[in-house]
Amino acid sequence: MNVAQFGVLEKDLLDDFQRDFPLVPRPYRAIAERLGCDEDTVLELLCQMIKAGLITRIGPVFAPHRAGASTLAAVAVPEDRLESVAALVSGYDEVNHNYEREHRINLWFVVCAPAAERVAEVLRDIAARTGLEVLDLPLEQAFHIDLGFPLQWS
Amino acid sequence: MELTRKERELIAAVQDGLPLDPHPYTAIGRTAGLTETEVIEGLRRLVDRGVIRRFGLVLSHRDLGYCANAMVVWDIPDDAVGEIGEALAALPFVTLCYRRPRRRPDWPYNLFCMIHGRDRKTVEALADEAARDVGAGDCPRAVLFSTRRFKQRGARYAQCAPAGK
Repeated sequence: MNVAQFGVLEKDLLDDFQRDFPLVPRPYRAIAERLGCDEDTVLELLCQMIKAGLITRIGPVFAPHRAGASTLAAVAVPEDRLESVAALVSGYDEVNHNYEREHRINLWFVVCAPAAERVAEVLRDIAARTGLEVLDLPLEQAFHIDLGFPLQWS
Repeated sequence: MELTRKERELIAAVQDGLPLDPHPYTAIGRTAGLTETEVIEGLRRLVDRGVIRRFGLVLSHRDLGYCANAMVVWDIPDDAVGEIGEALAALPFVTLCYRRPRRRPDWPYNLFCMIHGRDRKTVEALADEAARDVGAGDCPRAVLFSTRRFKQRGARYAQCAPAGK
């Protein structure tokens, strides 16, 4: 699937349904009607886009602290241990994002759980298992409502 | 606002995403023990109440050609962080903007945002532009490009409250 060769249909599909995805019994047919194609075409395109990794999922993005507790955590991991510490962190079902970033504090991950106690427990557990200090950087104020991302099709 | 047991079950069933099935809400309902109508109405209520902040396609910036993704962090004086955070969040190329605690001496930054671009130069230029636009040119900042993605998926808030299986 070549993004550079996307036509109007593919672009509109990606641009127009990052929010307000139809909450109706046949949402893919509703999308097809809006885009002027049929339901099978929408399903096939979405299937290809998911396979190609362009779409990670079709579903909810939760507001922080509304559906459960979460925090952003960071660890300064010695370079030669990064792979193994990252794998250990990714192994927690509570960890949903885990990235290496360019900084002395180089491993950044998000921990989510139904309750704050479990979030704290995961952080303590990671610190104990790795022997590394885990920075806990919980959200204090959200300034942005994530409404999706306007793609620039240049 | 507390979530009901039914709402938790619905969240557990839908948090990994809809199936590519002509009747996806029926399929979600089968997992959650709810009817299609209950799923649709339940999701609508969660959106209306702001528990779900958006419902739709979640894209991978990286795979769409936005290869440079940076967390840009700022050390903004406490009495200005609210105003500057609002201004930063209003910029079209900023996708998330949060205030978080400093952890001195290791971590002096209290404002975090994400900027995505096609390459590093673009993102660095956007960070400069953002600093000028919001009047934070004199505040210390750092641009942390993400170099490797070890894991990315939706939040699983409900894993300890599984659907009625």
